[in-house]
Amino acid sequence: MPSAASSIVSFYRSSIGKKLVVAITGLGLVAFLFGHMAGNLKVYAGPDKINSYAAWLHSMPALLWAARLGLLACFFGHIVTTVLLVKQNRAARGEVGYAYNATVQASRASRTMIWSGIIILCFVIYHLMHYTMCIGNEYESASYIDAAGRHDVYKMLVDGFSWFPASAFYIVSMALLCWHLSHGFASCFQTLGLRGERSWPLIKAAGYGVAAVIFIGNCSIPISIMAGWVSY
Amino acid sequence: MNLTLKVWRQGGPNHKGKIETYPAEDIPEEASFLEMLDIVNERIITDGGEPIAFDHDCREGICGACSLTINGVPHGRESAITTCQLHMRKFRDGDTIWVEPFRARAFPVLRDLVVDRSAFDRIIEAGGYISARTGSAVDANATPVPKADADEAFEAAACIGCGACVAACKNASAMLFVSAKVKHLGNFPQGQPEAKRRVLAMVRQMDEEGFGNCTNQYECEAVCPKEITAEFIADLNRGYAKASLEETLG
Ligand code: FES
Repeated sequence: MPSAASSIVSFYRSSIGKKLVVAITGLGLVAFLFGHMAGNLKVYAGPDKINSYAAWLHSMPALLWAARLGLLACFFGHIVTTVLLVKQNRAARGEVGYAYNATVQASRASRTMIWSGIIILCFVIYHLMHYTMCIGNEYESASYIDAAGRHDVYKMLVDGFSWFPASAFYIVSMALLCWHLSHGFASCFQTLGLRGERSWPLIKAAGYGVAAVIFIGNCSIPISIMAGWVSY
Repeated sequence: MNLTLKVWRQGGPNHKGKIETYPAEDIPEEASFLEMLDIVNERIITDGGEPIAFDHDCREGICGACSLTINGVPHGRESAITTCQLHMRKFRDGDTIWVEPFRARAFPVLRDLVVDRSAFDRIIEAGGYISARTGSAVDANATPVPKADADEAFEAAACIGCGACVAACKNASAMLFVSAKVKHLGNFPQGQPEAKRRVLAMVRQMDEEGFGNCTNQYECEAVCPKEITAEFIADLNRGYAKASLEETLG
């Protein structure tokens, strides 16, 4: 009987083990996307609502950090494991590939997951520097404190997305994210073995639905700000 | 009909191969793809050349010996058939056809279009069997099997192990093959004693052979001559997760 530790190691070393890690971390990231979007949409409820929401999140540092660490684990788990898989997959074809390449039904999104993923990674780094770490901007200065003494997230969002390049990069990244999800979401269920003959078309439709909702929900914010519908 | 063939030629396992061009003239439309190659080979032999080596046996779509990647698609573009069942009338006069071996690191080329698929045999040896006594016929109803389970097992058992799934997969993954074998044995009560061991051992062997990892693109099921569904891969994933969990906790 192998020990528990060696079972876990051989699970992660296995093809299906790694795929399961990618699927579970992927679903974790999708859950985060929804939570994050729901929070951001409070911008439509006005400065008071979104600022108090942000203050509420920061009032529980232990929980906030636990969530952040979980998210970070999903993020790195997803990326490191997919990179390992891609390396193995490239090697599996052998030294000589096909001279005549053809695709029967694999979607374009499924064939470009690593590239959409890499661009999303670049975006996430930029996005964190922009709004979380506030590098290269004044978002942590006194002028971003609202009347109630809270961090003025509303003003930060409006100022951040008023700069066209930031909004454009955001929208392009969201498009790629949804492209990634159009393959990734249903794929998670396939990998987890949660698919039946009747549920499969629904799962695939849900994947497109999730991608569309995240795209529309998130992109509406920079668009509204640039159009002047959300301002201060 | 007159065609041009672009064929992978390779003298032996360690030789460097290359694509060579052959004319295929006066080919009857009713010839199968393999018969067309036979005709071309006869002419090559008459001209004093080495015939193109390719695998074949039953020539009626049941043995899984024939292979070939035709214009980038294992067994050709037509769905649910093997190369031996593909007929030349599916091509147009004047076409150029690319004929390459099934490409995968785990399927090394032996010569021209012939690849070594013994990796599949080793996966079967690792767990693709049952230990229940099968030597003599037992009463048909001694072990009741629900009809739906039997039907599903039959669909999985239709796999002829040709390897087209590997050749078509962007990652040269063998998961459709392995999932079909795990399914057809695991769906029966007689397959239960080894169920957990089987899935772990077969996946382990599959990985050791150097096949890639499924990325859920389903090229495999699109080219499978027996139309094995990728739903079996989902079942394999779940079965493997469950067996691994039991092994870890057990
Ligand atoms: S030769 Fe037997 S399946 Fe084609």
